[in-house]
Amino acid sequence: MKKAIVSFVMLFMAVLFLAGCAGQKSDKQNITIVGSTALQPMVEMAAEEYQRDHSDVSITVQGGGSGTGLSQVQAGAVTIGNSDVFARELPGIKPKELVDHTVAVLGLAPVVNKDSGVKQVTMSQLRGIFTGKYTNWKQLGGKDQKIMVINRAQGSGTRVAFENNVMQGHKMLKSQEQESNGTVQRMVASTPGAISYLSFSYINKDMTALKVDGVKPTAKNVKDNSWKIWAYEHMYTKGKPDKMTKQFLDYMYSDVVQKNLVTALGYIPINEMKVQKDANNQVTPIITDEVKQDGSN
Amino acid sequence: MDPIREKILKPSKETRQDFVGKTLSYASIFLIVGVVLAIFLFVASKGIATFTQNKASLVEFLTGSEWNPGANGSNGRPLVGALPMILGSFGVTLLAALFATPFAIGTALYMTELSSKRSQKFMQSVIELLVGIPSVVYGFIGLTVVVPFVRDHFGGSGYGILSGSFVLFVMVLPTITSMTVDSLRAVPKYYKSASLALGATEWQTIYRVLLRAALPGIMTAIVFGMARAFGEALAVQMVIGNATLLPESLLAPASTLTSVLTMGIGNTVMGTVSNNALWSLALVLLLMSLIFNIAVRFISRKGKM
Amino acid sequence: MNTKKVNKLALGVIKLIAGIVVLILAFLIGRILLNGLPHVSWHFLTTPSRSFTAGGGIGIQLFNSFYLLVLTLLISFPLSLGAGIYLAEYAPKNRATETVRMAIEVLSSLPSVVVGLFGFLLFVVQFKMGFSIISGAIALTFFNLPLLTRNVEDSLNNVPKLQREAGLALGLSKWHTVIKIILPEALPGIITGIVLCAGRVFGEAAALIYTAGQSATNIDFMNWNPFSESSPLNLFRPAETLAVHIWKINSEGIMPDAEQISAGASAVLIVAVLIFNLSARYLGNRLYKRLTASK
Repeated sequence: MKKAIVSFVMLFMAVLFLAGCAGQKSDKQNITIVGSTALQPMVEMAAEEYQRDHSDVSITVQGGGSGTGLSQVQAGAVTIGNSDVFARELPGIKPKELVDHTVAVLGLAPVVNKDSGVKQVTMSQLRGIFTGKYTNWKQLGGKDQKIMVINRAQGSGTRVAFENNVMQGHKMLKSQEQESNGTVQRMVASTPGAISYLSFSYINKDMTALKVDGVKPTAKNVKDNSWKIWAYEHMYTKGKPDKMTKQFLDYMYSDVVQKNLVTALGYIPINEMKVQKDANNQVTPIITDEVKQDGSN
Repeated sequence: MDPIREKILKPSKETRQDFVGKTLSYASIFLIVGVVLAIFLFVASKGIATFTQNKASLVEFLTGSEWNPGANGSNGRPLVGALPMILGSFGVTLLAALFATPFAIGTALYMTELSSKRSQKFMQSVIELLVGIPSVVYGFIGLTVVVPFVRDHFGGSGYGILSGSFVLFVMVLPTITSMTVDSLRAVPKYYKSASLALGATEWQTIYRVLLRAALPGIMTAIVFGMARAFGEALAVQMVIGNATLLPESLLAPASTLTSVLTMGIGNTVMGTVSNNALWSLALVLLLMSLIFNIAVRFISRKGKM
Repeated sequence: MNTKKVNKLALGVIKLIAGIVVLILAFLIGRILLNGLPHVSWHFLTTPSRSFTAGGGIGIQLFNSFYLLVLTLLISFPLSLGAGIYLAEYAPKNRATETVRMAIEVLSSLPSVVVGLFGFLLFVVQFKMGFSIISGAIALTFFNLPLLTRNVEDSLNNVPKLQREAGLALGLSKWHTVIKIILPEALPGIITGIVLCAGRVFGEAAALIYTAGQSATNIDFMNWNPFSESSPLNLFRPAETLAVHIWKINSEGIMPDAEQISAGASAVLIVAVLIFNLSARYLGNRLYKRLTASK
């Protein structure tokens, strides 16, 4: 027994020792990417394919949230910070130090429980629901059922995008908040009277995606801004990216990623957008056809 | 030198052994205390920064109900009213412990006193199994079973403190039960024999002797159960509704310290008010569990026989 | 006769309570297994996961869960054993000891996300260990320590004082007495603690998201050199565990078979916990019998 304990302790020390002196021992160049959970699957897949052809790079992609991504890239702890929001929209981030790479566009749509009986609303009605002006679906031509608003967590990318495009400075009412697309998806599907908003890829047949001002939420409508609720997915680097990182980012813009991965994951390819949006939510048409990479703010 | 003299003056094998052993155990306790202190200091330094750096008001923090740390209130101070979360956390934890304790003690008694050895072993492994189910799975079972149940039978939207407590009840049950079983088993056999020999019924023996003797252990079990309930986030946040509103009833959407903390921490930037305010919630959590702990210790000392 | 009625009533209530609990447990476990087992196949257990297309498995995650558990126990068990022995045998009975004990207990109520962030800032960022299984194991150690230490201490305390006196009377040193006499006797209780901790390690997600990470890099099961990057034993690779995978699928998964994978993974997780618990008990009992010679 005693021997066992001593050997345990020795092993423990050995582990600690290893932990202390190791760290990076490979000669590969590391790219660490942290941030937005929504963007993670896409970047992860892209990184996996990229590494197949570039065995000299090792790319780690993790989630943790946009705030974590931006603050860690600003601190220099990671190479790239993924974010659903513009750096300047997050208090505490100095956007001047960071270089933006918008790699995809995310479309959002309001979704309601099927029982509500409402299929479309106007933008101001939608705003009214989220400010608390409307409390019953009856007021919007639906069933006599209480409206239950499910919001997203304060500061989350999806919520910021929704607030920017829909609320126009109006304060949202205090209501339930959920963190993830998956949970919201299930709650809206199962709770009578529920309304929330989801990115396109999470909308399924168990819920109704509302038309707003008569426009259907589709990728095509986002591209020319006739569907107004959308936002960019950003990959931020601290200063200009180094050569390795630049190569990977270029890969993110290549047709391999944009045409296949981006579309497959329900995003809208960045180079198919006919308009652009800045951090102040001003939309302008893109005149030239060139791919926008650096400094969209 | 005289070999006998030498032998007597030199420390014996036992002394050396004891020294080594003592060193080992002292080293581990120091390491653990170090770790505990490090975490406490870490949380405290970040949590206090809300009040020192960001000038939030402590009174508002404890009594206010407006939670929006990114924005400033009319007095120019950040809006950090944490009362809704404090009440929410208190509510679910106390209710869950209240539901779980009788069930845990009953089950533990059944296992140690009334059942055969086989079914006792079976129940123990089943209960231990429950600890390993991830919170997310509990959360989704809560979402698909508990929430509709509460909605249909108690009213409201189904999201609220009551649903949260039901889910937590199941989650803390294994911890409390298995620790209670251990402390019941540790009661010397002759206590029971003596009591039965005096003519006491089985229940009298259980109630007056076994439970009394095992009380400190059971109290620890409850403390650990409540600690788990306090710290639980993923499951609770799916069923409690997460609205930073003062809970009007057990059926209205509410929020807990942990759920707000877990939801917000990835979306805030370190060093900002919003982030520090979340660490303050963690600090409150620590302090509250400290208070619980002291209270339970006090009670169990009173109840000791 | 009144007492007899009370007795009957009370025992009946206890049985009723136990029955209800059994029903709840059966419902929970039955539900998870029934929903999940139909999706479990050899293919599911061995293939790597996929991000957004159907047909992914959980092979790497399953291995990671076990590996992380072993690592965590390797770190936390000796520590809590030492600390538990200190608290039960050596600690003076005074305010300071009480404070230490309380501090350890209070630590166990920290939400796991706080432990995760602490681990992230300290190990992943500060010590440059990166998102790695070792960072995850150390973070998990942090919140296993309270329960395990407490458990070791309680189990030691539950061994009758007589046995200690007997050991000392034989001329054994105190340490020798603890290790050779008290500890073997306390073994079953300690095993319970290990089993409970193992459950938490298997089921934990929030603390690991920030430390062990949520991506399962491809590993090569033919390569057992712990320093090679693709080796399953490598301590510095990011390692998504089963519980983290379930969390990820449920919160952001968009593969068409997300629900099936999540159900299947939950069922596999339960079975894995069961296997671990049973073997821990079995080995514990064997060890107990050998050490105490109570065959």
